[in-house]
Amino acid sequence: MADILGGIVEAFQLIFTGDPEILGIVSRSLLFSGTAVILAILWGTPLAMLIAMKEFRGKTVIKTFLNTLIGLPTVVLGLILFLIISRGGPIGFLGLLYTPAAIMIGQAILVTPILVSIGVSAIESVDPEIMSLSKTLGASESQAQVAVLKEAASGIILSDIASFNRAIGELGVVLLVGGNIVGVGNRTDVLTTAISRNVQIGEIGLAVALGILLVIILFTINIIVAVLRKANYIVELAKAPYFRLKRYRETKQ
Amino acid sequence: MQAWQKLLIVAALATIIVVAGTIVYFNYFTKRRLFISTTTSLDDTKLLEKIESDYEATHNVDLNILAVGTGIAIQHAKNGDADVVLVHAPSVELSFLEDGYGVNRKIIAYNFFTIVGPADDPAQTSGKTATEALFNIVQYGQNMPDQSGGTQIWVSRGDNSGTNSKEKSLWTAAGYNYTELSEEVWFASTGQGMGSTLTIADQKNAYTLSDIGTYLKFYSDGTISLSSLILEEQPLLNVYSVMAVSPTVSANQSVHEDINFEDAMDFIEYLVSDETQELITNYGKDTYGQSLFTGAVQPLIDDAPQPLVSWIQDYAFFDGSECPPQYRNGYADLYT
Repeated sequence: MADILGGIVEAFQLIFTGDPEILGIVSRSLLFSGTAVILAILWGTPLAMLIAMKEFRGKTVIKTFLNTLIGLPTVVLGLILFLIISRGGPIGFLGLLYTPAAIMIGQAILVTPILVSIGVSAIESVDPEIMSLSKTLGASESQAQVAVLKEAASGIILSDIASFNRAIGELGVVLLVGGNIVGVGNRTDVLTTAISRNVQIGEIGLAVALGILLVIILFTINIIVAVLRKANYIVELAKAPYFRLKRYRETKQ
Repeated sequence: MQAWQKLLIVAALATIIVVAGTIVYFNYFTKRRLFISTTTSLDDTKLLEKIESDYEATHNVDLNILAVGTGIAIQHAKNGDADVVLVHAPSVELSFLEDGYGVNRKIIAYNFFTIVGPADDPAQTSGKTATEALFNIVQYGQNMPDQSGGTQIWVSRGDNSGTNSKEKSLWTAAGYNYTELSEEVWFASTGQGMGSTLTIADQKNAYTLSDIGTYLKFYSDGTISLSSLILEEQPLLNVYSVMAVSPTVSANQSVHEDINFEDAMDFIEYLVSDETQELITNYGKDTYGQSLFTGAVQPLIDDAPQPLVSWIQDYAFFDGSECPPQYRNGYADLYT
């Protein structure tokens, strides 16, 4: 019990004094996971559009496969990536092992199944009328697809947030491909790996502080998004160009 | 072109930018990186943190320390993912040298392993030799009332680390077979580092084998309350050595071309220098009241104190040398 209380007290002291060690770890976590999710959005969104909007054989198989991948243990993916980017592996010559890029790409790959899977459901749930309406209004195939995507914005954003949550709270990939390197040079330790390491070396207070911060970060981001979703700001923002397009076409006729 | 195709091209470009940016950054804009794969005990005690800041203050090199345990440290080096290994398992080190992966081995420090356990010492090990203590622990484990597997009185690292290798040889010396023992109900295996294993042993009120450095740090921090029951005797000697990873490994040359051999050797020369040896020996004296590690370079040159030096030679020398000539690659001044 004393451990828990002592840990929490020490944790708040560390947080409120703006301990540079903690600030560094938090900013690395946000930077690595943020970049990873942006990368995943960039390649996951078109994949989701492709799967949701095109008809092709094996579509159900692919969707089932993606849903299975969501549950892939992160250490397994970490191990696979480690073997690929290790100097003995197929792309070892790039020297990516134990760099931030390895972490970002690893996490991006990890969250892609979540992003695509939720994204596909979101796009498929959009009223098919939108597609035909856009086309009637003179939109090209590409513009119509974008219109549908904007209609699905709410679900897409949900998939992005779910991805970020998974990325920032993930341990296996960052540990195996990032190496959890500390010191004064280029560090690759993030919130989760630092918690694990500090428990290992008996720095319970620091570990509790990092754990609290991780939870606070997740709460803050999710609350902001929830409020924005409720007020429909993001959706309206995203939809606005579609309505402008609609109005433009209407005034032209 | 369809929207998703355009987006995919953007995604591919972004990925290439991140990868290329990282490669360019690490090759041209940062200090050279030296990867050191090491046993957890050197890192858990924060000795390496101290050495890192001391070394980086005077050298234009970024030390990247991977604290993984001796077994994986050696594996990293074989894969070409480490430039230096800092380990404590002479038998493993010898095969590493023999296979041509390691060169220029230097013994840098020693301390002792210790068997730690609950303060009330139910298996009565205090004051015994390591062999007797292990015998008592097995007897106690096999005869204790709870044989359901709910109570475990020995916690093993079980991770092929240097400490785990030592544990296996101690069991063998005591007349037991490690693999058979690990099947018994009173025997637990963590597969984790020394710190975690000590914490687990503490929670279970069990015995375990620990290096004295990690034990003292955890004990004086109040993280664990286990007592150190067996101290300094020959079978418990713990010797730390450093080896450079060979840049010319015939088995997989392409993998080892990028080994940073020059910086690795510079780091080894730094480790054996008088100043660093003194830093190692004095590390922790203020905090723990005794040294966690003792520099081994000067004792080996002086051939004193005895019998310690002959213990080191018995335990960690190969063919009467810390690094037989066929495993050396330049840097003759290291061995004079």
